[in-house]
Amino acid sequence: MTGSKIISHIDRDFVKDLLSKGERLDGRAFDKYREITIEPHVVPAKAEGSAIVRIGGSSVVAGVKVLTGAPYPDTPDQGVTMVTAELAPMASPLFELGPPKEPAIELARIVDRGVRESETLDTKALCIEPGKMVYMVFADVYTLEHDGNLIDASSIAVNAALLGTKYQEMKWEDDKAVATGKELSLPLQNMAIEHTVSRIGDHLVIDPILREEFVQDCRLTMAVDKDEHFTAMQKGGGAGPMSLEMIDQAMGMALESAKEIRKLITDTMKSTE
Amino acid sequence: MSPEVKPDSLLNAEGLRFDGRRVDELRPIQMEVGVLKTADGSASIRQGKTYILAAVYGPRELHPRHLTLNDRAYLRVVYRMATFSVPDRKRPAPSRREREISMVIANALQPVLFLEQYPKAVIDVFIQVIQADGGTRCAAINAASLALADAGIPMRSLVPSVAVGKAEGTLIVDLGDEEDKYGQGDVPLAILPGTNELTLLQQDGSFTREELMEAMQMGVNACKYLHELQKDALKRSYSKKTPEGVDEELDDYEDDLETDLGEADIMEDE
Repeated sequence: MTGSKIISHIDRDFVKDLLSKGERLDGRAFDKYREITIEPHVVPAKAEGSAIVRIGGSSVVAGVKVLTGAPYPDTPDQGVTMVTAELAPMASPLFELGPPKEPAIELARIVDRGVRESETLDTKALCIEPGKMVYMVFADVYTLEHDGNLIDASSIAVNAALLGTKYQEMKWEDDKAVATGKELSLPLQNMAIEHTVSRIGDHLVIDPILREEFVQDCRLTMAVDKDEHFTAMQKGGGAGPMSLEMIDQAMGMALESAKEIRKLITDTMKSTE
Repeated sequence: MSPEVKPDSLLNAEGLRFDGRRVDELRPIQMEVGVLKTADGSASIRQGKTYILAAVYGPRELHPRHLTLNDRAYLRVVYRMATFSVPDRKRPAPSRREREISMVIANALQPVLFLEQYPKAVIDVFIQVIQADGGTRCAAINAASLALADAGIPMRSLVPSVAVGKAEGTLIVDLGDEEDKYGQGDVPLAILPGTNELTLLQQDGSFTREELMEAMQMGVNACKYLHELQKDALKRSYSKKTPEGVDEELDDYEDDLETDLGEADIMEDE
């Protein structure tokens, strides 16, 4: 248990010394994720799609609600997607009660950008009647346990939940939406998963645990889509700079893990259909 | 997601409820202790389709300071529903309902705690409803008291809780969502199992005095059984460290899923 954000110089030096010997606190290679498990359809009775994702000691739950509503005036023929996240105080003594602070907002926006920028959903296909009614897809993330790298866990959970989502088809009749009784899957055309690499001194480690996040200079989160393109990036988690070489190396680490994690998501969700 | 349907009748001619339960039968219940590693104590409960997690932190330093109580610990309960836990998407900000339920849960739990032992500190109880299908405040109390025990906080006893309601003029125990919405009333209650005193009592709908007395008696009986399930869940979480014990314990647990009240009496005789 980690009760405080304060970390001693001794601990910082210890982590760095270990890294310069080529070792990490939990014995992993620098470019290896912890074990990832996906538990799909955890809210079967109320949410259209859902999943609990565990990465080592971190876990999050994501749920998808598909509602109908009026489109935004500037995109009358497109559905609406939105990702939100909450750093619930349940998940860590570091998280406090109250309205979302910057870290929670950043988490939500990073995951949201991963979905939005990769055009994961074909928003045109989410239109029921142009200018009148569209599907609104909300994916909400709640953190349950925090042992580092909640961004990647949230991204995996949101994508798994979207992949498993089943919702009622609606059609436009006599100026209102009526259910056709048919069940649809979301129009997924791409999927971008976030991968986070943490910079500690001269070293880069993927999937940092909490104690590594404490001592990191900064982190770089990258969304990798099905064509191995980067669709979103965010440097955060500290003000430390990163050289171009380091960024290049981090991108390499992300690409190396991307395929395997994408396969885990699609395989897990397929096996539960 | 299964679309919402209003059942034609909540109680059929044979006296069975629309989900096939008898009037005094609880939904299948699964309680698990120690489900979240970061928390000092935690528990989960599945009661029918309701699914709730509870985490406890403390006693620890209280922030913000101005809430500090000089003679005892502050028991802070936060009951929150996930946006996707209900048929429509719940707005993410805390609602008045969530605040009120947080308060009544705190009142239900407080009598079993020795708060005077920890002046100026806070004991935090965080409750997250993942899927709501009726009876969430009661299920939350069941899980929260297990999480408190798991955190090693001294307690006089666990606090079991259940809701009793009325459908078609008949009293029914442990309301599901449909029975809550389309039934004639709802009486959530929680008890101190040692004395049978009530620490939570709310009511809506319409009941006669006799009906209410009978409803509360049914609730107390159901709570007695829930208390056994709670003790069982707690023991299970601390006994599974012995490798041989694992299977055995789990097998016993399967039997307990037969949540009918008839068995409660048998268990009490032990």
